[in-house]
Amino acid sequence: MSDNGRIVRVASGQGFWGDDLEAPVRQVEGGPIDYLMLDYLAEVTMSIMQKQRARDPNAGYARDFVPLMERIFPACVELGVRVVTNAGGVNPLGCAEALAEAGRSAGVAGRAKVGLVTGDDLMERLDTLLAEGHELAHMETGASLSDVRDRVQSANAYIGAAPIVRALELGADVIVTGRSTDTALTYGPLMHEFGWAADDFDRIAAGVVAGHINECGAQSTGGNCMIDWWRVPDLATVGFPIVEVSNDGTFVVTKHEGSGGWVTRGSVTEQIVYEMGDPSTYITPDVIADFTSIQLDDRGDDRVRVHGITGRARTDFLKVSIAYSSGWKATGTLTYSWPDAAAKARSADRILRQRLDRLGLHFDEIRTELVGWDSTHGTLAGEPPADLPEVQLRIGVRAEERASVERFTREIAPLVLTGPPSVTGFAGGRPRVQEIMAYWPALVERDAVEPHLLVDVKEV
Amino acid sequence: MAQVQLVDIAHTRSGDKGDTANVGVIAYDPDHYELLRDQLTTDRVKAHFGPMVRGDVERFELPNLGAVNFLLHGALGGGGTMSLMNDAQGKVFSTALLRMEIEVPDEVAEVVAGRGRMPAEGVPGGSVPTDPTSGRAGPTT
Repeated sequence: MSDNGRIVRVASGQGFWGDDLEAPVRQVEGGPIDYLMLDYLAEVTMSIMQKQRARDPNAGYARDFVPLMERIFPACVELGVRVVTNAGGVNPLGCAEALAEAGRSAGVAGRAKVGLVTGDDLMERLDTLLAEGHELAHMETGASLSDVRDRVQSANAYIGAAPIVRALELGADVIVTGRSTDTALTYGPLMHEFGWAADDFDRIAAGVVAGHINECGAQSTGGNCMIDWWRVPDLATVGFPIVEVSNDGTFVVTKHEGSGGWVTRGSVTEQIVYEMGDPSTYITPDVIADFTSIQLDDRGDDRVRVHGITGRARTDFLKVSIAYSSGWKATGTLTYSWPDAAAKARSADRILRQRLDRLGLHFDEIRTELVGWDSTHGTLAGEPPADLPEVQLRIGVRAEERASVERFTREIAPLVLTGPPSVTGFAGGRPRVQEIMAYWPALVERDAVEPHLLVDVKEV
Repeated sequence: MAQVQLVDIAHTRSGDKGDTANVGVIAYDPDHYELLRDQLTTDRVKAHFGPMVRGDVERFELPNLGAVNFLLHGALGGGGTMSLMNDAQGKVFSTALLRMEIEVPDEVAEVVAGRGRMPAEGVPGGSVPTDPTSGRAGPTT
């Protein structure tokens, strides 16, 4: 079989948990695609899902995914669009079961298969791994995991494309994973379609770049685009990215005809540098991609050709995302109006801090920001002018003890009648106390994880 | 030579990795990449942010994309769910760098003036409504 000239289209449908719910529908119905990738996970997402699973053992995955599939499952089956997602979060089994149920409701029973990938979750094996000498030291500080072991809530390895490729070989139409690397949701299908070998570093690296361009949804097609943002057409129906990939690893970034947004050199470049570390060493479980090799040709007409990409052999390690309980926090806000809005807000801040002191409360951090003046540019904003029409006082606290944070939340409202004048914006009630799930990135030898990965493909 | 703000010659995007913010700076005109590379030194960027960046500043070059990438360590108040910052994930951290003044040849300064700002006249067909009755008023002439 010759693959010369054959194009595989992988479309992006979700860039994060909470993204535009209509986007995947538009991707499936708006024109030809072969695969739909849905990325739901970020560093903080896993810890949020973990908290949800702690309250409800059936939770812990991206619940939006299930009703979405109920809508698009029939169209995907009829059009032959296969779906690859990490919606499983910390409970991929629960997610796959809910998906199968949604498939039956949608009338695809007997016509579709669900693939489930498990084994990225290291929580149950954590003590065994530590006992075997896997340190799981913090990647930045070098600290030993034993420092926080008793507070660890979740531990998941970022896994590569192999289980996705396997599930596709077994005929899965929808594949649900846990902490699959975001980019693998795109390059996994490409490895399967073109049969790229594990040591075909340049082409897999090209797939990684395609995956990086897909993984944040419309962030590469005009959404959140800084370059001439005021000219971006019709963001109300923004087209999410589609990569049209050839067997040689070159690809075109585009979007469906007639959709909003734009695909330009600038929009694609902004996404390429997003969350970038050392661009020459973009490490994934399957290859190290060199982003300094990327060449872009903007062909106009919302088509950007990407080529020249090189890669090199993968490392012997997988990254592990660990979340551990690290105290409590809350953030309260009040809005002060002209005249002297900023001075009033700062006066209220001083009064509040004095009251917290008198109450004998101790916090690891108290942070005050003036939204509308310095909450994004910090000290670079300089001193606020006296004629600011309004400003929002935003005070956050963090402590090991929940009780201190709880008491703080009761000290915001009193400021309305016992502090500086012309204050409003407290209709939302007391601030919510949130448990802090701190992030602990670590490395683990891949041999300690990959033999435990399981792929299960079942009829709906 | 003339002083311009970085906003006039480059666009940016930022994101987070734990307590580290990344800021990618992209020249509007690929010919201005060398200006970015020469002027945006790690020392100058670190000095620009002052107390906002507690750790080191690392820089990486992407001449193929006309871009430089910075890692600003200790910039996000502990990062992730630990941070008390409004911009806890550094989504707009990069715009604070756009305030930086850099030196460019006079002829470059003339060409780039206002490049990074929305023009005062209306923008038909774009994302900004030009009809002041359509909710948020657009720019007026």
